[in-house]
Amino acid sequence: MSLSNTDVKRIAQLARIAVSEPEVGEYLRQLEGIFGLIEEMQGVDTEGLSPMSHALDESLRMREDTVTARDQRDLFQTLAPQVEAGLYLVPKVIE
Amino acid sequence: MQWEIVVGLEVHAQLSTQSKIFSGAATAFGAAPNVQACEVDIALPGVLPVLNRGAVERAVKFGLAVGARINRRSVFARKNYFYPDLPKGYQISQFELPIVEGGEVAIEVEGSARTIRLVRAHLEEDAGKSLHEDFHGMTGIDLNRAGTPLLEIVSEPDMRGSHEAVAYAKALHALVRYLEICDGNMQEGSFRCDANVSVRRIGAPLGTRCEIKNLNSFRFLERAIEFEARRQIGILEEGGSIAQETRLYDSVKDETRSMRSKEEAHDYRYFPDPDLLPMTLDEAFIEAIRGGLPELPQAKRARFVADYGLSAYDAGVLTASRELADYFEAVVRGVPNEPKVCANWVMGDLSAALNKDDLDIARARIPASELARLIGRIQDGTVSGKIAKEVFEAMWSTGKDADALIEERGLKQISDVAALEAIVDEIMAANPGQVEQYRAGKDKLFGFFVGQAMKATKGQANPAQLNDIVRRKLTA
Repeated sequence: MSLSNTDVKRIAQLARIAVSEPEVGEYLRQLEGIFGLIEEMQGVDTEGLSPMSHALDESLRMREDTVTARDQRDLFQTLAPQVEAGLYLVPKVIE
Repeated sequence: MQWEIVVGLEVHAQLSTQSKIFSGAATAFGAAPNVQACEVDIALPGVLPVLNRGAVERAVKFGLAVGARINRRSVFARKNYFYPDLPKGYQISQFELPIVEGGEVAIEVEGSARTIRLVRAHLEEDAGKSLHEDFHGMTGIDLNRAGTPLLEIVSEPDMRGSHEAVAYAKALHALVRYLEICDGNMQEGSFRCDANVSVRRIGAPLGTRCEIKNLNSFRFLERAIEFEARRQIGILEEGGSIAQETRLYDSVKDETRSMRSKEEAHDYRYFPDPDLLPMTLDEAFIEAIRGGLPELPQAKRARFVADYGLSAYDAGVLTASRELADYFEAVVRGVPNEPKVCANWVMGDLSAALNKDDLDIARARIPASELARLIGRIQDGTVSGKIAKEVFEAMWSTGKDADALIEERGLKQISDVAALEAIVDEIMAANPGQVEQYRAGKDKLFGFFVGQAMKATKGQANPAQLNDIVRRKLTA
């Protein structure tokens, strides 16, 4: 698997991370290192094994369907840069 | 050349839990903005999701009802995209191992039965709402809906045209309400449809599809599919090709248009959510849910035909919702010998009254037991069918019971033979010309005499007795 500068920029864009032009080359080298490791792991024989979806061999606990959270809007909204009429305000999203 | 329209639907049903799928915040509709958005829903750092058992039970209930496979092990995954109504930067959904796979839903279109296969149904969390109007050029975000449990139900592209798509959506809508896993309120967004639409020449492989979003009524679903199919056929007939894309239905202009903003984000980079362990379900859990399944629409329809002698059509109308079917059966319990008459009242006067006042059956102003009593009063001859309609309207508007209204308004049917005879005698004496014409063979005048007698008794004459008396007197 070979990566290009364009791939790095696209990944950065999807993750909303600002990457400057000189950084692209450095990230490309780091990512290639990670892909090298993955390629090595691809060589392991996994015939008959089901894919692992979690590092712990446990299963999920569930909670009862009851309302336990109380309204803390005013407290939470002290963290927000801008609020109005109970809403969090964000830069316009165009649809 | 004939074109075939191919449709697959993705339905998002909000599950009727009290609390959210991964947090203890309430899910009630219509609360003030953000008062039902807790630290998990607004994605403060360090919070962790804890799965709501109620959401899982509802998904399993659905799976069992459609004969699907319930996966004993399923996995939650992160679907990554950035949008302010999704503060985590990802939606917790299921990807490779959904809770429900396969299954089918039976539909009926123009009298013929069809089966629509399901691909899967998976659990996920709903996003918040963006309000674009009037915040000094900013967008307002309400996260009350964020984290509400959804069951996304994905069909195979098994529907051919808008009518089948609507029939399927309605069947699914009835089913989730029967199961009481979703309230089905489309205006409030509890049941939302996206349609994948493509067209092809008959027998050709599937064409390129477009996904249409924002279909919040059955009528919009039908119109959007019809518009979209026409659009695609137009392009293909002019030698063009269809670009796979997401389109938005605009109900005001009755058209679909491209949603480019969504296109760019279509790389969701799903991966198993490390915050959530794989979900395993044991047999006892599944069997307990199976034991609690209600009678399903199809079975109920068949029983209504077999037990009450109703037509397939009537049975279909009466089982459209569980509440309507329950109401009908409660009426029948009151007058067990006349199920067809009960069906006519429920589908006729009662449905018309509900429509007129824009009420659903749960809010009917006449309880089933009272409608049964009124039907009983027709049977025992207290009132005629025609007067009963008047009584029904009065019951609807005043909330009084049938017997009180019949008494109070003096609507009791006149079944007194002597009294009716006297009235008929009077009418014949006043209309000697008509009597002569009738006797000379003008049979149609029979109705004239009955009409006059009804008028004289304000419609309260027992119609069968009156007919007998008029016939007897005229031929005497």
